[in-house]
Amino acid sequence: MSLNIEEIRALFPILHQEVHGNPLIYFDNAATTQKPKSVLDALCGYYEHDNSNIHRGAHTLADRATRYYEKTRESVRDFIGAKEEAEIIFTKGTTESINLVASSYGRKYITKGDEILISTMEHHSNIVPWQMICEEKEAILKVIPINDSGELLYDEFEKLISERTKIVAIVHVSNALGTINPVKKIIKKAHQFGAKVLVDGAQSTSHLSIDVQDLDCDFLAFSAHKLYGPTGLGVLYGKRQLLEAMPPYQGGGEMIKEVSFAKTTFNEIPFKFEAGTPNIADVIAFQKALEFINTMGKKEIRNHEADLLYHATSKLSEIKGFIPVGTTKEKVPVISFNIKGMHPFDVGMMLDAKGIAVRTGHHCTQPLMERFGIEGTVRASFSVYNTKEEIDEMVTSVAKIAKIKNK
Amino acid sequence: MSSIQDIQNEIIEEFSILGDDKESTIYYIMELGSQLPEFPENERIDENIIKGCQSKVWLTTREVDGKILFFADSNTDITKGLISLLIRVLSERNPSEILNADLFFINRIGMGNIIGSQRSNGLAAMIKQMKLYALAYQAKQNA
Repeated sequence: MSLNIEEIRALFPILHQEVHGNPLIYFDNAATTQKPKSVLDALCGYYEHDNSNIHRGAHTLADRATRYYEKTRESVRDFIGAKEEAEIIFTKGTTESINLVASSYGRKYITKGDEILISTMEHHSNIVPWQMICEEKEAILKVIPINDSGELLYDEFEKLISERTKIVAIVHVSNALGTINPVKKIIKKAHQFGAKVLVDGAQSTSHLSIDVQDLDCDFLAFSAHKLYGPTGLGVLYGKRQLLEAMPPYQGGGEMIKEVSFAKTTFNEIPFKFEAGTPNIADVIAFQKALEFINTMGKKEIRNHEADLLYHATSKLSEIKGFIPVGTTKEKVPVISFNIKGMHPFDVGMMLDAKGIAVRTGHHCTQPLMERFGIEGTVRASFSVYNTKEEIDEMVTSVAKIAKIKNK
Repeated sequence: MSSIQDIQNEIIEEFSILGDDKESTIYYIMELGSQLPEFPENERIDENIIKGCQSKVWLTTREVDGKILFFADSNTDITKGLISLLIRVLSERNPSEILNADLFFINRIGMGNIIGSQRSNGLAAMIKQMKLYALAYQAKQNA
């Protein structure tokens, strides 16, 4: 059954506004998606009716807030197909989730001469934490190359992986190109060498169905705000035995079992990794975002987005001076491009003048941009509430802009 | 030559014709950039890049009869237009004029709204660099 996009758009108050005298066309969804009314209501609702600190509360409000908070954990578990709620840790975002693993797992298990494998298309947040731990432990960071279409070279990965590889940290979907990587195959191969695999799911969880047990990944990191949820909230999934073996990441309240000045014992997972008062309101509201996705259906969302991607790619390709960056067939609805003779910043600003929001620059993937020999791209990324009519508007504007230097 | 004040008023007038139409304003700024004289390739070096701009902006100077001449280029057309506006106002002036210049046209044409906060920071960095050059020339002239 196909989705009724007009009905979906009605659920997103922010979409109904004008920017510089034009109806807003929001194509910056890979940076963050907009939030449905149900999420906004849940945020306010929490502060209006349930605000109190969770866990250990002896009163009704604390109990209610705790139940709602833990209900989201259950929804997240279901959303990614994890075995149990204890494997779901709430963080600030994908970046913190990756840092948690790099710091905690990395510090305990990485030693001198060990290797960590990443790819050319990683976001800086899946590069820098590993560089830091490599420097600290005198370990070696190795990079899986890509081809000119923006596809990971699996053969090269097979050459790089060895018994020395301790961690493979790989992006599921490239934020800059939209490329979907064959993570299941990578995980299987990595496990043959005893390496653990962290999947950066920041861009994949909103577009693809994820089942961590089927993938058999050891860790999965993602953010709520790219999934129609609030900002400042992320998830780290980890397999129980790994999380249990890992030392705490931060110390404080919530994460302890007993504290004395002589010795502190730590709480069970997931609480061991959730030191301090967590982001209660956003966690509670996130449940509504997951509910929204489940109501729409991942498959239906994916079909609609694939239609949009196909429509945009074919129309934009007709424009003289249009240079796509990342042209693999296996993509989520992200189009990265340049206009011959023009800087992406200028293209972005001219599109903004028409009310069209895109992202420009290196997209926190400078090594990837270097691989393509460019400074950056213009990136249009679509979501469930976007329409072909909006894409046609963008295509008209891009064509006009391209004409300046491509007559 | 018109005063700094008069040139700014001219610019304000030109932009007022464009009104609130952001698209036309941006095209106009780009058009201004394209009129900048060719920047010598051998001066397009890192030492001439203005720090604090997200785009690359190269700025050089020459002193003729106690007045400072500015030459600039950028890798983005809009930024090139912005620096061309500054050159129009500040080039061929003596150091103290540049140092004392109150660049009121920027607020009056609503530049912040046109170019956004990141590029506004870049614009501020360009002005700062031009004034730093003026300060250096002034010190040299007074030496």
